[in-house]
Amino acid sequence: MTWETVIGLETHVELATATKIFCGCTTEFGGDPNTHCCPVCTGMPGTLPVLNEAVLEFAVKAGLALNCAVTRCCRFDRKNYFYPDLPKAYQISQLYLPICHDGAVDIRTAAGAKTIRIHELHMEEDAGKLVHDPWIDQTRADYNRCGVPLIEIVTEPDFRSADEVVAYLEKLRSTLQYLGVSDCKMQEGSLRCDVNLSVRPAGAPALGTRTEMKNLNSFKAIARSIQYEARRQIERLEDGKRVVQETRRWDENKDATFAMRSKENAQDYRYFPEPDIPPLELSEAYLDRLKAQQPEMAEARMARYQADYGLPAYDTQMITAQKALADFFERAVALGAPAKQVSNWIMGEVMGQLSARGLEARDMVFSPAALARLIALVQEGKLNRNTAVKVFEAVFEHDEDVDAYVQKHGLEQVSDAGLVGCVAEEVFAANPKSIEDYKAGKEKAFGFLVGQVMRQLKGQADPAVVRRVLRMKLEQN
Amino acid sequence: MDYRTLTALELGALLREGSLSAAGAAKAGLDRLAQAQGRSNAFITVTKEDAMLRADQVQRLLDARRAPSPLAGVPMAFKDNICTRGVKTSCASKILGGFTPPYDATVAERLDAAGCISLGKLNMDEFAMGSTTETSFYGPVQNPWDPSRVPGGSSGGAAAAVAEGSVWYAIGSDTGGSIRQPAAYCGVTGMKPTYGTVSRYGLIAYASSLDQMGPIARSAADCAAVLDVIQGRDPRDGTSLDAPAGGLLSGLTGDVRDKRIGLPADCFGDGLDGEVRAAVLAAADVLKQRGAVVEEFSLPVMQYVVPTYYIIAAAEASSNLSRFDGVKYGWRAQGYEDLTGLYNKTRTEGFGAEVKRRILLGTFVLSTGYYDAYYKKALQVKALIKRAFDEAFRRYDLLLTPVAPTTAPKLGESLNDPLQMYLSDIYTVSVNLAGLPGISVPCGFASDGMPIGAQLIGPALGDAAVLDAAHAFQLETDHHKRTPPLPGQAAQKGGDAQ
Repeated sequence: MTWETVIGLETHVELATATKIFCGCTTEFGGDPNTHCCPVCTGMPGTLPVLNEAVLEFAVKAGLALNCAVTRCCRFDRKNYFYPDLPKAYQISQLYLPICHDGAVDIRTAAGAKTIRIHELHMEEDAGKLVHDPWIDQTRADYNRCGVPLIEIVTEPDFRSADEVVAYLEKLRSTLQYLGVSDCKMQEGSLRCDVNLSVRPAGAPALGTRTEMKNLNSFKAIARSIQYEARRQIERLEDGKRVVQETRRWDENKDATFAMRSKENAQDYRYFPEPDIPPLELSEAYLDRLKAQQPEMAEARMARYQADYGLPAYDTQMITAQKALADFFERAVALGAPAKQVSNWIMGEVMGQLSARGLEARDMVFSPAALARLIALVQEGKLNRNTAVKVFEAVFEHDEDVDAYVQKHGLEQVSDAGLVGCVAEEVFAANPKSIEDYKAGKEKAFGFLVGQVMRQLKGQADPAVVRRVLRMKLEQN
Repeated sequence: MDYRTLTALELGALLREGSLSAAGAAKAGLDRLAQAQGRSNAFITVTKEDAMLRADQVQRLLDARRAPSPLAGVPMAFKDNICTRGVKTSCASKILGGFTPPYDATVAERLDAAGCISLGKLNMDEFAMGSTTETSFYGPVQNPWDPSRVPGGSSGGAAAAVAEGSVWYAIGSDTGGSIRQPAAYCGVTGMKPTYGTVSRYGLIAYASSLDQMGPIARSAADCAAVLDVIQGRDPRDGTSLDAPAGGLLSGLTGDVRDKRIGLPADCFGDGLDGEVRAAVLAAADVLKQRGAVVEEFSLPVMQYVVPTYYIIAAAEASSNLSRFDGVKYGWRAQGYEDLTGLYNKTRTEGFGAEVKRRILLGTFVLSTGYYDAYYKKALQVKALIKRAFDEAFRRYDLLLTPVAPTTAPKLGESLNDPLQMYLSDIYTVSVNLAGLPGISVPCGFASDGMPIGAQLIGPALGDAAVLDAAHAFQLETDHHKRTPPLPGQAAQKGGDAQ
């Protein structure tokens, strides 16, 4: 039997507002435990939440970018449960009237183009963090994260493969980064994803029993967990067993999912409308203003780069995948660097350095000006491409001044035909056999001689000059 | 001079004239408190030293003729569910343990700026759940008019402290009548303002959509002076209204000529004590004599108000009280095995019976499968009740009703029949459900010597009209000027006439 995997996603995205959703505390990541909190976000008796309007604005912007309908009169609800990381013993979230609903995201995979429907997008507050100290056998609560604003984006069960899921998440991350509403850093937890997965015989109309997977900390983990869980469910069904509706935890080290809690033990969250926050009425003018503020997204930039700079589609896709790279590209081009060369550098050396250093493009200090200068030096013949790459690697981390570095290390390209000529004489003297071979028509020998000259000049010679001088001398010889 | 017979405004005037010092006023209150507390138990915490220090500070303002309000230097106190920085705040519950807030409620901040002198924190029903102040972990409060009777609740300590003369006004909270009913039982004036006009920041929540703080004092004019200080938009409370505030005291005219006052017939039917009915109808006559037009009308939604109130209030309470879990502050049980054990044991030991009853009720009505039948339906009925009141206020400027069906019951009579206790809230809870302003004014005494209260209700944001009608009534009557006998004095029917 062929099986079809059906997947829906619940993605939590931390919004990049300066302050928390219901108080004025900073949302900055890190900080000593319980230093980014106040009586409101720690749920002290008598305190009240007051909605940070930037959160509403960011959520609406995200919803508009995901082609959602915006709920004109929305409100918050309380989700009640006891846990020590939740100081009020309820989370302020949205169940009955989420801020945005019924959206759509277009994705593209090797299998083709597809539209993923968004069921809803709602606002909520994050909980704190519990840290168990095995040495003293005590659990400590850090409330710094309490009240950090989140949006949860829930899709319809429209995915059929891990590829589609990853394509959607990449698109989502790019969209939210372009909007500036989130930095979407998975390793800091500002983008977290729960995967709902079921399998069914291909073509069956009804959905199978689903499981929900948590603790997915990277796109890789998401893709692997989907493959694992689909296989696990299919094996059970083929063995005549049934799939239990439950929450499962992905274990990165064991490369497997493990049951956390079943539906029977599911909590009754007793949702009800949050009485401390009045319903939000959004005016047409408010929505118009936010619509007008929507920035140029990746797709629009791709089209523009192709039209204005004649870049290949592949290049524009790579460059615009992250807003920080696209911005970097635009700034370097604005400084006069040729677009295709900038694109080549970004796709090659820049992305190589980022991945080697495990850096996000947005955290890169290397400046568009430095890249533009490197490209200019190569163009002017002052650096050869290989040396330029070495300079790039050296200055990348701290964005050191390119010219100063070149000068300090004496890397400027040798274009002096006289010097090259002298070196050539030395090489000829040491390699008479090669000269004979060259004269006998062996072109390979020419390459060897060029290489020898370059080596003598420590790779800093302009290869074009070396070739020209050698040909001339050999003809004369 | 017996300062306890003065209103807060009269005492404030003496302070500004310099014929009494702030320290003298504080001492008069503290002396009276010391004399009465052993019997009445109106206070949970007395902040004597803070009060005397504060009196010195306020005296400097008075000396410089820079009194920040007509209440500067007048001793007062807060119900113990209102957070006061550095002073234990207990909600009369064991579960809050020695909780001392590191912040002030907005009302406390504003009163502080107005030169108030707080003598401490007042006894109440645990978490404001009760109508008698008998559910307090710190023991019941006795009614100053008759120690065998309850002072009402849940702001029983506040009403008793004003009646006995320990303070000249108090800040209470009212979720279903908790300011107005004890004011009526203790023969003082208590006002629940329009929902959203007084910031709830710092009030430990019972039912957030119904809770509102307000004054208990001798007179409507005193209440107006307090509301002038505490009303007004607060950015720390999202439900606080952006409505004009202040000017209530200066706006009092005592003129009710041509005011249309409606008497809902549904509030004068079965279950209402005959003496109470007669006293409230007599109050209507007084207003009529001053030129108001009084008319009976029918308000059938009254039959739904008690169940609607108890569903909504209990639901919100079950969520609001979840944070008291033994993890962060207050009482934590000993000898638990795991996290669930910590929660169960702490909450079992920390909450009293009435609070547990309401948490269970509230948890039930919010549960999957019951939400639509109870909570959602109650919200729908709440909307109907609000609409019925809106319609009534198209025909009438104000409504007049009893505050409670009877005078104060005997201590110990109510708790074993909670349903009967809930039903006695019928005249007050509708005002909270509809978010309206309501005031309780003394309107006479029953044959057993206990005070009776009448309630004036206005439309939303009609606080000025409510106060003005109550003021008009008090210009014509002296029920509010009577004070209960001092301990040791023979109880007199109707108290000491001033």
